[in-house]
Amino acid sequence: MLFVIEQGLNGVQFGVMLFLMAAGLTLVFGIMNMINLAHGSLYMIGAYVAAYAFGATGSYLLSIAVALLAALLVGVAIEIVVFRALYRRDHLDQVLATFGLILFFNEIVRMIWGATALYATIPGFLAGQTEVLPGLPYPTYRLAIIAVGLGVALLLYYVVAKTRLGMLIRAGASNREMVGALGVNIAFLYTLVFGLGAVLAALSGLMAGPIFTVESGMGDSVLILAFVVIVIGGIGSIRGAFVASLLVGVVDTMGRVFLRSILAAFMARSAADNAGPALASMLIYILMAAVLFFRPQGLFPPRGR
Amino acid sequence: MAERWAPGGDLLETVGLVKHFGGLIATDQVSLSVRAGELHAVIGPNGAGKTTLVAELAGELAPDGGTIRFAGEDITRLKAARRAHRGLARSFQITSIFREFSALDNVALAVQARAGHSFRFWRRAQRDERLQAPARALLADMGLGARGDVPAANLSHGEKRALEIAMALAARPRLLLLDEPMAGMGPEDSARMVEYLKRLKGSVAILLVEHDMDAVFALADRITVLVYGRVIATGTPAEIRADESVRRAYLGAGEEA
Amino acid sequence: MKFSPQAAAILLGLALLALVPVFSALAGESFYVDLFTRILIFAIAAMSLDLILGYGGMVSFGHAAYLGIGSYAVGILDHYGVDNGFLQFALAIGASAAVALFIGAVSLRTSGVYFIMITLAFTQMIYFLGVSLNTFGGDDGMNIAHNSDFAGLIDLGNATALYYFVLGFLILFLVLGYRLVDSRFGMAIRGAKSNERRMIAIGFPTYRYKLAAFVIAGAVCGVAGALLANQSLFMSPAIMHWSRSGEIMVMVLLGGTGTLFGPVVGAVVLLALENTLSGYTEHWQAILGPILVLVVLFARQGLFGLVERRAAHGAGRG
Repeated sequence: MLFVIEQGLNGVQFGVMLFLMAAGLTLVFGIMNMINLAHGSLYMIGAYVAAYAFGATGSYLLSIAVALLAALLVGVAIEIVVFRALYRRDHLDQVLATFGLILFFNEIVRMIWGATALYATIPGFLAGQTEVLPGLPYPTYRLAIIAVGLGVALLLYYVVAKTRLGMLIRAGASNREMVGALGVNIAFLYTLVFGLGAVLAALSGLMAGPIFTVESGMGDSVLILAFVVIVIGGIGSIRGAFVASLLVGVVDTMGRVFLRSILAAFMARSAADNAGPALASMLIYILMAAVLFFRPQGLFPPRGR
Repeated sequence: MAERWAPGGDLLETVGLVKHFGGLIATDQVSLSVRAGELHAVIGPNGAGKTTLVAELAGELAPDGGTIRFAGEDITRLKAARRAHRGLARSFQITSIFREFSALDNVALAVQARAGHSFRFWRRAQRDERLQAPARALLADMGLGARGDVPAANLSHGEKRALEIAMALAARPRLLLLDEPMAGMGPEDSARMVEYLKRLKGSVAILLVEHDMDAVFALADRITVLVYGRVIATGTPAEIRADESVRRAYLGAGEEA
Repeated sequence: MKFSPQAAAILLGLALLALVPVFSALAGESFYVDLFTRILIFAIAAMSLDLILGYGGMVSFGHAAYLGIGSYAVGILDHYGVDNGFLQFALAIGASAAVALFIGAVSLRTSGVYFIMITLAFTQMIYFLGVSLNTFGGDDGMNIAHNSDFAGLIDLGNATALYYFVLGFLILFLVLGYRLVDSRFGMAIRGAKSNERRMIAIGFPTYRYKLAAFVIAGAVCGVAGALLANQSLFMSPAIMHWSRSGEIMVMVLLGGTGTLFGPVVGAVVLLALENTLSGYTEHWQAILGPILVLVVLFARQGLFGLVERRAAHGAGRG
């Protein structure tokens, strides 16, 4: 039982990391109607810069600040240089252009830091374990990730629901032209939203560093999952992204851990050993297909669509 | 209940059609009918729900309540593509053509739509006289005979609107749903369109949504007035012109239509 | 017979391709034949994608899956002692068509970004399936022992023979493709790309035509996969990774979407570029990436698209 709870926590931890990626992605897609495959690159940049800075300076806080700043700068740079020309284009063009960005960034980090994975350490004050429940020690670092993720989720909720900026974001997700007609500086809003998304992605990446490997292309698989999340959650909806990322995180984690055993209950051990991991990898996509079958617009489509 | 449709009876009939978007009622218990060969105009102020009504009749939008009957058949749940095959064609308020294709290819494609299935993989469509000949004839009818090879995007606005109609007619419909065919047209183009619709009248029933009152009163056999999604009056042009509620809601007292 | 600029360019291109083994022999380097065999295989894959993407407007991010299905069809049969080329290729086509039918049937109920995502998701599923096939090498893939045997009519182990075999398929698909896109079926899917709403309004049940195109494209790409198995004598899930799908899309873009021959040009340019650039630096992707962005932003019609654009300028038909 405790094992199940532990895996559940792992699922939530994975979920909040996905949420940080998905939130930025869903905002960019919802407001700017822009498919950005390079979002994973910002995740990667966050991980690389943080790991390198922490290793070089020994200051965890400084490494976080530098990583987030780097991602913000890169994000704003590509928004201005590349994205502004792409907003008006069709999705295919956006996919192709941002695919080019992926190739570029994947290679750039290889050029700077080499092809071997970078080692990201957990800072001292987050190392070790905490007793979450009697008899259940859980890695402090993962708890911290959950805490940060939930904190950011609350912050985002506050910004989107209670501030003027949030109102513009919600309005933009439902009706882009109207927001422009209201005299809002659309270009600045877009840059701001994209910058926010970049920072969130980098945060997710730097937190992921010690758990997953910091290597070129690390953002690509997370990116796909993030897209799956926003499709399930409803494009443009942060609430949807939150629910869907937790759902995906838990299903994926539990699936990987338990599916093999579940299958072994009614098929030969060797078959279950083969089918288990395969099915576990596919589980998320099956979930997405199922959701889209019953609710083609996702779980929480923003009103007006 | 299999109601027999008798020629001369109602070709199109809606009973209590309802559609709402959230709290907004776009179609409020709309009942109207169009007889074979009749030109029935639907007028009303902006926001009256005219385009929503056309979308429901065409099958693009599913109503929340009520029924639509066409030639005696209940088509309320029938998919849009199938309605075209039943003889119900529509044109769009905002020009919806195939911009990359030539004008001729536009109409040929519409002809192709009615010509059985399109699982033919070898023969060039542009050399198929069974498609090209009717298409050329339709273009000529609409005054676009010389413009067949022009990419549709390069046609003038009036020509595009004419192409809209040509494509709808390619299906040889029994009923034509025309959604503001004269939208954005200057006086010359409009007059030409009115003349054309006069000639068309009788051979095909027409439900005409229009703002251009001159055209409406010149063409319509009957007029239905829609305000906030509700029918406030139906009758001959003379009856409508005299109707108090219509005057108040729409035409404005003292305005000569 | 009238020669439009496009037709002339295509014939010239095909003639040059037909001479590759000759040039290769003159240069004394058999390497070029191998390289161009691979290029032509990807050209076929890219052409099949162009049918649904360039002409049909369906942005499928899962096309590389069929390269995998095709090559595994050949590899798996060979593993079990069946090296009959007719059977292998039949299975490659059949399996690819069946999978495309299933994926298309589900995906085409959606549109826009949902469609892109669902096709991507399905490719991932097939990729993971391939990775899990431990009997066939799993993640690492597996060698294929023999080339396909077509009743002894052709020795696909001979590099030049294989090259012309592949070129033959390319020309066949090119001819069939050009007839298809101008046929009633072709007009139907092109119309659906141009204005699906209007297509439905005039009475086309667009779903079935798009699905048929999707299946045809998948089957053709399956053939490319079977050819690839013969060229590399290797089957691996890596060929089904979504980044390979991205590469094939890039080929279509570079050459020109909606032109059929454009993707051939695109495949030549991309793979030749990769080959040359990687000779100068291992970081060639850092150059390719920005090139791609620039092409999308400023040269969207692609290389062959330039020829098409110039030829069609002013005319309505074409």
